[in-house]
Amino acid sequence: MDNKEQLISLLSAFICHASSHLPDDVLKRLGEMREIEKEGFAATIYEAMFENMKLADELKRPSCQDTGVLQFFVKAGTKFPYLDDLADVLREATIKATKEAPLRHNAVEVFEEKNTGNNVGHRIPWIDWEIVPGSSDVEIYLYMAGGGCSLPGFSKVLMPLEGYEGIIKAVFDQMTSYGVNACPPCLVGIGIAGSAEVAAKLSKKALLRPVGSHNPNPRAKMMEEEIENGLNKIGLGPGGLGGKLSVMGVNIEQAARHPATLAVGMNTACWAHRRAGIKISSDLSYDLFTHKGVTL
Amino acid sequence: MSTYELTMPVSDSDIKKLKIGDVIFLNGTIVTGRDDCHHRVVKQGKEFPVDIKGKAIFHAGPIMKKNDDGTYTVVSVGPTTSMRMESCEAEFLKETGVKIIIGKGGMGPKTTKGCVDSCAVHTIFPGGCAVIAAKEVEKVSGVEWLDLGMPEAAWIMEAKKFGPLIVSIDSYGNNLIDENKKTFNERKAPVVSDISAKLDFLE
Ligand code: SF4
Repeated sequence: MDNKEQLISLLSAFICHASSHLPDDVLKRLGEMREIEKEGFAATIYEAMFENMKLADELKRPSCQDTGVLQFFVKAGTKFPYLDDLADVLREATIKATKEAPLRHNAVEVFEEKNTGNNVGHRIPWIDWEIVPGSSDVEIYLYMAGGGCSLPGFSKVLMPLEGYEGIIKAVFDQMTSYGVNACPPCLVGIGIAGSAEVAAKLSKKALLRPVGSHNPNPRAKMMEEEIENGLNKIGLGPGGLGGKLSVMGVNIEQAARHPATLAVGMNTACWAHRRAGIKISSDLSYDLFTHKGVTL
Repeated sequence: MSTYELTMPVSDSDIKKLKIGDVIFLNGTIVTGRDDCHHRVVKQGKEFPVDIKGKAIFHAGPIMKKNDDGTYTVVSVGPTTSMRMESCEAEFLKETGVKIIIGKGGMGPKTTKGCVDSCAVHTIFPGGCAVIAAKEVEKVSGVEWLDLGMPEAAWIMEAKKFGPLIVSIDSYGNNLIDENKKTFNERKAPVVSDISAKLDFLE
């Protein structure tokens, strides 16, 4: 096997593993939430969620049938020797994993309105690139963007006088109207910036941060905690069937804004938050850092 | 709140027993159908290719594996967002005579009225629990409209004790998720104003 094929196999195994196993931070939080949600439908649903994760592991099957549109967020070291091949490798790994996991066929070409049948299509899998100068490693985050959990996503540009209150209102309205369809408890990602697409992109990047982590800016951290507590007071419960809690957490990412605009973007990750991160070195050794102790 | 095990086809009197918050387990034929199936039946006037009178329509796009002999095995099948079918569901109930809708999240006033008019219920299967659901399917007995692609096709499945299904709309016009949403919205207003007061960051 040449190095390119080896990379394709490694990344295909990475995708397969992510489709049936949640990352460590999400598992830990769901376990904590289950201890609090002991009554009514909430208890029944948590029981089903944990049973489902056990079965997915035992039977090596995707834990949710909606394995999403595959999105990769790459931090590419400029000295990583296989950088030229990487986009191609990610597409090939997607096709391979679609057969092996197997994943659901989720790429529908716009205008033709045809499902491509292999999860690869125009600009899909989506690849987001960040350059890391001087590094010889590559860090790849996989996010499986399901339909239900992508549905509450939005971004819009507020006028600064609407203030941060405007952001709060928009987020809460979206969560009480669409949140129930996104298989709560969700992780809520919020981006704040000067234009719609920057805010939207940051809201997705916020979802890549571990559950329970906080933005280093003290005001942002305070806002994360306030929104999390506030949403929990509403008590969406698992599946929107009511309970003591609503969300796994709230992560905010920001970029400096224009003086005349205050844009907000929001994305939700469902409880089956299939995010996985792998760091690959130039000798192709790897560390699956979101799922500790796993060998692919 | 009661728990029932029902075998399909179900009758109007079976449906009339059910109230929101009840839990049911189903035996018999469940057929998947989501956006495109509803579009074909309601918007394009095509006949649904499976007789689902008295049976269940499952808002789901499964992962299926084709076996060497041409049959299929379900790998993973869980509910999708039912609200996407809101604009068509009432007509779909009337056209097909289907009695039990399975999905996730709630549905709106049009479907609620449709459930009264056609004596049907909407039920919720725990979202994201697709391996449990797959294990409750004994056999995939066929597929229609596969040209729509794997998630959108009408997969015909024989299920045993399929559930838990929580009744979210009953045939009396009650809507569980709607009631929950009212509660959520009542709680929201004071929470939002409380947080907003703490966020006056503008200089
Ligand atoms: S919202 Fe998530 S858990 Fe629910 S069906 Fe979609 S991908 Fe699966």
